[in-house]
Amino acid sequence: MSVLAVEGLRAWYRTGTFGVPRDVRAVDGVSLSVEAGEIYGLAGESSSGKTTLIKTIAAATQPPLEVMAGTITFAFPGGPIEMQRADRRALAAIRWRHLSYIMQGSMSVLNPVRRVRHAFVDFAFRHLGQPKPQFLETVRAHLQRLQLGPDVLDAFPHQLSGGMRQRVTIALATVCRPEFIIADEPTTALDVVVQKEVLAMIREIQRELGSSVLFVTHDMAVHANLADRLGIMYGGRLVEEGRTDQLFRTPRHPYTAHLIASLPRLGDTAPKAGLSGTPPNLADPPSGCRFHPRCPRATDLCRREVPPLEPMAAGHRVACFHPEPVA
Amino acid sequence: MTALLELKDVSRVYGGGPFARRQVAAVSGVSFSLQEARPEIFTVVGESGSGKTTLARMILGMVAPSSGEIRFQGTDLATIRGTAGRLAFMRKVQPIFQNPFEAFNPMKRVDRYLFATARRMADVSGEAAIAAAADTALRSVGLSLAEIRGRFPHQLSGGQLQRIAIARALISRPLLLVADEPVSMIDASLRASIVNLLRELRDNSGLAIIYITHDLATAYYVSDRIIIMRQGRVVESGQARAVLDDPQHPYSKLLKSSVLSPEVPTGASHA
Repeated sequence: MSVLAVEGLRAWYRTGTFGVPRDVRAVDGVSLSVEAGEIYGLAGESSSGKTTLIKTIAAATQPPLEVMAGTITFAFPGGPIEMQRADRRALAAIRWRHLSYIMQGSMSVLNPVRRVRHAFVDFAFRHLGQPKPQFLETVRAHLQRLQLGPDVLDAFPHQLSGGMRQRVTIALATVCRPEFIIADEPTTALDVVVQKEVLAMIREIQRELGSSVLFVTHDMAVHANLADRLGIMYGGRLVEEGRTDQLFRTPRHPYTAHLIASLPRLGDTAPKAGLSGTPPNLADPPSGCRFHPRCPRATDLCRREVPPLEPMAAGHRVACFHPEPVA
Repeated sequence: MTALLELKDVSRVYGGGPFARRQVAAVSGVSFSLQEARPEIFTVVGESGSGKTTLARMILGMVAPSSGEIRFQGTDLATIRGTAGRLAFMRKVQPIFQNPFEAFNPMKRVDRYLFATARRMADVSGEAAIAAAADTALRSVGLSLAEIRGRFPHQLSGGQLQRIAIARALISRPLLLVADEPVSMIDASLRASIVNLLRELRDNSGLAIIYITHDLATAYYVSDRIIIMRQGRVVESGQARAVLDDPQHPYSKLLKSSVLSPEVPTGASHA
C-alpha cells in the first residue's frame, strides 16, 4: 500500500515583474509513490526541482510557487488526505503527528534563544495529548533512544554540538511516531564521522516506527547506504526510478549512468570525466528531453519529444528514448 | 632544492582579549614544506573545527600566526610590508574559495574581475592586452572570453563560475594556489571536471596547489601528499595514497571508516 501518491505534479514559480510573465518550471510532470515502511531516496543536483517537489508535497507552497496540475495524496490511518485541497485545520492536524520533517539546518528548526524543551512542547505537546509531566517523560524516553541525555532538554541549542542538534531535530520529527517523514539533506552539513552516526540513527528509528521516509540529498553515496528505492531528478522531471541496487548496478538513463560513474571512490585513481554543458535553465527549458544538450546519445527524436517515464524491468522506470544497454 | 613554502611550527590562537574568557588554539604546531622544483597537490584533510581554514588563511597572509613562521620563497610573511610588497606576494599566491556564488558580486559582470586582476596583478595595460590576458587564463580552464563576456554570475553554472574563479587566480601567473573546499559547493555532474582541472594545472602549468577538503575520496583521487588534521594538530602525514590505503592514527582510521562507500551491497534493499 502506498502511503504517498503523487500524480502528474506540476509546480511552477510564476512571476510577472514589470508585466513580463516568467514561469520557472521547477517541477514539471512528476508521478511517484512511496510505499509503507520504505526509504525513498530522491537525488538530483541543484535546481533539479527536488526541494520544490518536497515543498509541494508538504503543502508548504507560497507565491510565486503555484501548483499548476496534479494531485498529492497521503493515505494516513485517519483516512486519505489530498494536500492541495485540505484546509489549514486539516493540515495542522496531520503535521508532526502523521507527516514530519527533518531539515538540513538544525538551527532553522530550533529557536536559538529558547531551551530545547520548548521546541518539543511547541511541536508535539498538542499531538500527544498527555499531561505535561507525562509528556516530558515520553520525550525523555524518546531522547534516550537517540542516545541523548535528559539534560539536553534544558540546554540552549548553541550548547550542543552540530551532531547533537541534528539528533534533537530527528527526535522532534519522530517523537509523535509519524507515518511519513520528509528528510531534506539532513546530513549534508555534518562531518563524515557524525554523518555516519546520524544516518544509522535515521535508519534505526525508521525501522522501529515502520515509517516511510522521503530522503532528499544530492549525495549518491548516502543514497547507496540508505535508500531502498531511488528516484533521479533532472531539470524538474523524474528521469529514472528503481530499487537502489538496480540503479547502481544497471543505470539505464545516461544521466544516472554518469552520476554513478563519476563518483569518487577511495582507492580508485582512474580518470573521471566531467559532464559537459550546464544544468538546464528552467525558465526556458530545452525542448524534448531536458537532458539532450548534454547527452552523448541525443538524436532528433530527443530534441523533439519528451520521453515518457516507462517501465524497463520490474519496478525500474526510465525516461529515455535510448537507454543504456544492460551491462 | 629551494622551498616554495615552508611552515615551521605554526600556531594560531584566537580569543584571550579583554572580553574573551577562554582561548581557542585553532592551529597548533604545524610544519611542512613544498619544494619549488616539484609542483604537487598537497591536501589538508580534517573535520570542521580542525583548523584547516585558519591554516589556509595564514598561508594566504590574511591571518598572522601567533607563533612559528611561514616562509614563501625564503621570505617570512610577517616581514612583508606595504602595498607593493603585499601585491608582489599576492601575485604568487592566489586563493580559490568554497562557494563561487559568494565569491562573485551578483550585480557585477564576471569579466570585470578578470580585467581588474589583469590590470592590477599582472601589470597589463591597454584594452586588447587585458582582454588577451583574460582569454589566455580562461582557455587554460576550458572556457574563453567570448563565452563569458558581459555575463552576470546568475547566468553561469556553479562549475563555470568556479572555473572563472580559477582563471582569475591564474592571471597573475602564481606559483601556489590555495583552494579551500573548491568542489564542495559544485554539483556532482560538474565536480569531476574541476578536480581534473586541478590535476592538469599541476601537470601542465607546474602549479603547486594546497587542496583543503573534508572529502577523502577526491583527496585520494588528486593528492600527492596529505596531512590529516584534528583540533588544530596534524595527526598523520605522508604520501596521500599510502596514508589513505593504510591509515595508522586512530583518528585517520575513524575518518576512513566513516566514508560512505558508493557500492551497494548485493541483494538490494537494506531492509
